[in-house]
Amino acid sequence: MKIPYYPGCTLKTTAKNFEDTTLAISNVLGIELIELPRWNCCGTVYSLASDDLMHQLAPIRNLIRVQEMGYNNVTTLCSMCYNTLEQANQLVKGDPEKLEKMNSFMDQEEDYTGEVTVVHYLTLLQKEIGFENLPVKVPLTGLTVVPYYGCLLLRPEEISIDNPEKPTIMAELLTVLGADVADHPYKLECCGSYHTVNYKDVVCEKTYNILNSARKRGAEAVVLSCPLCEFNLDVRQKDLKKELAPMPILYFSQLLALSLGLDDSLEFDQHYVNPEPLLKEKGLLR
Amino acid sequence: MVKEKEKEKGKEQKPKMIEVYIMGKEYEVPQGLTIMKAMEYAGYRFIRGSGCRAGFCGACGTIFRKKGEYKFRTALACQTTVEDGMYLTELPFVPANKAVYDMEELTPGPNSIVSLYPEIARCVSCNTCTKACPQDLQVMDFVQAALRGDIAKAAELSFDCLQCGLCAARCPADIVHYHVAQLARRLYGKYISPISEHLEERNTEINAGKFDEEMEKLTQLNSEELKKLYTERDVET
Repeated sequence: MKIPYYPGCTLKTTAKNFEDTTLAISNVLGIELIELPRWNCCGTVYSLASDDLMHQLAPIRNLIRVQEMGYNNVTTLCSMCYNTLEQANQLVKGDPEKLEKMNSFMDQEEDYTGEVTVVHYLTLLQKEIGFENLPVKVPLTGLTVVPYYGCLLLRPEEISIDNPEKPTIMAELLTVLGADVADHPYKLECCGSYHTVNYKDVVCEKTYNILNSARKRGAEAVVLSCPLCEFNLDVRQKDLKKELAPMPILYFSQLLALSLGLDDSLEFDQHYVNPEPLLKEKGLLR
Repeated sequence: MVKEKEKEKGKEQKPKMIEVYIMGKEYEVPQGLTIMKAMEYAGYRFIRGSGCRAGFCGACGTIFRKKGEYKFRTALACQTTVEDGMYLTELPFVPANKAVYDMEELTPGPNSIVSLYPEIARCVSCNTCTKACPQDLQVMDFVQAALRGDIAKAAELSFDCLQCGLCAARCPADIVHYHVAQLARRLYGKYISPISEHLEERNTEINAGKFDEEMEKLTQLNSEELKKLYTERDVET
């Protein structure tokens, strides 16, 4: 299948490993990701002010780019990009007056018709490929992981990729890959998000609570889909005030690539806590 | 009859005059002049805000409005002809912020541009800059590329920038697109684009004095000898 792909800024820099592993997986699964030839920042954070249309231009402009390609769907990896694009999409789909105002402002583009669907890559795997159809070559046997969803894939409910209170999508995927999946109460907890810039302590406390909870339930690694969560849970481990054994943080795409036998593009050097020793110990990595 | 007589006069025929408004005041100017020449015709004299008069230097950014339109338009005053009922002014200078940096100390990375111009993170993708560009560049796209650290793309998309500053003058986020793009091109040129090996070789040859003797000979020739040499030179066909 072919589908337009919106990368977002982080996937091209600090989360290059997230993008590269996904491209490798897609190649094997027959998903042709067509990167939008022109794209801009997703808007970074969805603006909650109902009349602040200026900050809705960025996400809607990206959806116009999809429309220009002749498609009515687009997939993305970053949880924040997914959230911002889809929330803005829902806003204009439900409010023709706002859409008209934005279309008349963006008078050099074609009008957005409100017909594009934003699909998170996890949903694409689940619905279009089916987790059970994944050609697993290296089962992640003996590796205990916890999925960490954070906020942006699930909230608000209207854009949630799964049950917003009891999500199972990542657990289902990881189970198919052969990992032991532990549940933990902090899987929906906010990581502290962009407070990491000005209020590092807030994020450190969150990181400690989330990782400590995961560790107590036997997790050897935490799996997620958001570059900002990754940064906060991974890099902030060096600033923790309380002691905690290093916890590897991985993108779901890295574990999927590993289990499909694609271990050339994992790029573990982008992580603060190196997952290699753990994966080698489990015999999953040469 | 009258028309034919006018035709016979040929060169003496007066150009058609049109009305324009320069800084709000009405003037009659001949049709077909550029905005810059129309303003000079009306009596203005440019000692700044005018340079090459050929659309290359970017000194004469201008803002105007056409009859019956609500939109502000932007252009180079030396490249745009006046129309009847135009409202004109010139914009001699854009007092935009310009970062100070030492190219030797910069490293090309995802944050090398945003750290010198943090305001690019304020871009909301409104595209006003792109609409303002007299060179028809994808201005918003190169600012977005700079924001995500894609220096090569920012350099490529901004290659034809004349630094007129109209983008910055119109930006609601106070971004200085043209200076941002210049930094991208500098980073690209110095650190990213492949090194031209033949240029390096030639520089070595020059520094080693390979051409000194020949140069010395040339400086001793008179103009006749030089002309002869020039006309008889090898020309690639």
